[in-house]
Amino acid sequence: MRLMALRAIVLVVSGAAGAPTLADDAPANSAAMSHGWEFAEQGGADLFRNVCAACHQPDAKGAVGAGSYPSLVADKNLDSADFMLSVLLGGLKGMPRVGDMMSDAQVADVVNYVRTHFGNSYSEAVSATDVAAARRRAQSAP
Amino acid sequence: MNEATSALSRRRLFEIIGASVGGAAAYQAMTRLGHAEESPYRGPIKLDGDPKGASVIVLGAGLAGMATAIELERAGYKVSVLEYNLRPGGRNWTLRGGDVYTELGGATQRCEFDAGLYLNPGPWRIPYHHYAILDYCRRFGVTLEPFIQLNHNAYLHSANAFDAKPQRIRDIKADFDGGVAELLAKATRKGALDDAVSTEDQEILLEALRSLGALDKEFRYRAGDDSAAHRGYAKHSGGGLGAEPIAGDPVGLHDILTSRLWRGLQSFLLYDFPTTMFQPVGGMGRIGEAFARQIPDRIRHGAKVVAIRQNDSGVAVDFEDLMAGGTVREVRADWCVCTLPLSILSQIPINVSAPMKAAIEAVPYASAVKFGLQFSRRFWEEDEHIFGGITYTDLPIRQISYPSTNFNAGGKGVLLGGYTFDGANSYEFTAMPPAERVKRAVAFGAQIHPQYLTEFENGVSVAWHRVPFTLGCAGDWSDEARKAHYNDLCEIDGRIVLAGEHASYIPAWQEGAILSALDAVQRLHKRVVAS
Repeated sequence: MRLMALRAIVLVVSGAAGAPTLADDAPANSAAMSHGWEFAEQGGADLFRNVCAACHQPDAKGAVGAGSYPSLVADKNLDSADFMLSVLLGGLKGMPRVGDMMSDAQVADVVNYVRTHFGNSYSEAVSATDVAAARRRAQSAP
Repeated sequence: MNEATSALSRRRLFEIIGASVGGAAAYQAMTRLGHAEESPYRGPIKLDGDPKGASVIVLGAGLAGMATAIELERAGYKVSVLEYNLRPGGRNWTLRGGDVYTELGGATQRCEFDAGLYLNPGPWRIPYHHYAILDYCRRFGVTLEPFIQLNHNAYLHSANAFDAKPQRIRDIKADFDGGVAELLAKATRKGALDDAVSTEDQEILLEALRSLGALDKEFRYRAGDDSAAHRGYAKHSGGGLGAEPIAGDPVGLHDILTSRLWRGLQSFLLYDFPTTMFQPVGGMGRIGEAFARQIPDRIRHGAKVVAIRQNDSGVAVDFEDLMAGGTVREVRADWCVCTLPLSILSQIPINVSAPMKAAIEAVPYASAVKFGLQFSRRFWEEDEHIFGGITYTDLPIRQISYPSTNFNAGGKGVLLGGYTFDGANSYEFTAMPPAERVKRAVAFGAQIHPQYLTEFENGVSVAWHRVPFTLGCAGDWSDEARKAHYNDLCEIDGRIVLAGEHASYIPAWQEGAILSALDAVQRLHKRVVAS
């Protein structure tokens, strides 16, 4: 309850933070940015563009430097939605647990989006309930 | 505490501290609770004993790798260093005019700053208690100057408080302290503390509250000379006719409390951000350059490590020679000190023990974004009398830092136009093309300094998850991961030992990188001499 109260305070404080004044040629990214710790974006496309694309790139092709970010294009690993959920909710090597900053519905949306775009066509969708269960598993892992 | 609790705690701390203070403070609070000790550095290390010509391959030419190479070479080892970048320093890095930087994804920025102006994309300040890096700076001739952390005339800002008008730190600080002191004095005089505080101590307490809270004779915090002595005047003292000062009205405690601007004061209390801090003259990168001068010709640049193998007799490292079209070459040595970030090392085949392998894979890398914005004049000094220091805001840029150099000299200047650390905004900025990041930073900053709109000239931004040589800002250890894996990460494994900020309890600071290296070098040397 204390946590909820604190979060409510933060939302009150920062909830209406002024959006930047942008020129007419505002780019594809959503105009508003999140307030506080968690992502405000809704829907798989918007979440992918503003979160995942930071590393995996807007075209999902990944990137290579001294190390690399894997491509998610036509990615056989995504056949397993459970694997994807475990990565978002538990992290993988250097990748942070970005699912910690999303609701169950947001995680489901972005997983379903990636699994049906970028040359992937895994039609079986995950639900917010699936995410909640996976979150419990990830959080009870040693 | 299980990981679920930990995740919630991290978020709660961020909300308490980070939402308006800025990510670095939140990060420090998240990772350093209970670990705030002064540096254990006690002077240059001594490596007694003959290594008998032993060779060491050092991976990475950041401060950890170069400190390793310098100390081992002095002790008689044959040392060579492999470095991915074409420059030494790693995250110790300064972007200056003419520099070209290409991030992951291919976006290239050309820094357009005028001569003498710069951005430190990585480390940018050195606390007085980071003894090791200060000692190396002294020994290697790196000139330091003060870094202004707390400037009472900088701002605290919220888009949702005081009509979004920035408030001077001195007003909020003095008025919060005064308001709280008045309340506590009132409670004391009403006898509310009689059970807890002796009569004698109550008298001393009242005296202290009046002194430190700037209360008047009646223990009130009101407009007048007492409060003005702390918060300053509405009309300042002058000379000649009409010169007397006029005290301003303090901001009411209710307004400060509900504005949450008090959060911004917290960073000025943190041990990691003391008022006595330093920066190298000319940019943080001067330190890496000075380290590299100590080991001329020892660093091979453009070397991308792709495999690390060890057996009973030595270590072999495969690397792509980026100066020769990626040709794979091999280098061998008796021992290996690997300072590659774990975000990189976890992707490289390496035959170490299962516990060390698990440790290498256990550390996520933090998100951080910095912006350098050049303006045609130093309006913060000329118009607003802000000389160095940091403004904190709840806008996504989190903070604006004013340059701690070339004060009052006129001309152009570069602001740190934003610094995010973890949280949603850091990822969102990272996901944008660099030009858009800069555009946003200008738009946000203009809400605090309207001069941005007319004085902005050019800018650069570095999003650490897109930095090709680290894939992230720094090791973002959780307390649980530390407990499970930290010692396994630091132990010598056969002929390999790891070092870097990730192998320290001072994560994301250069001091942690150096202390980690010195510890690894001493343990390795002991083993070599004994063998």
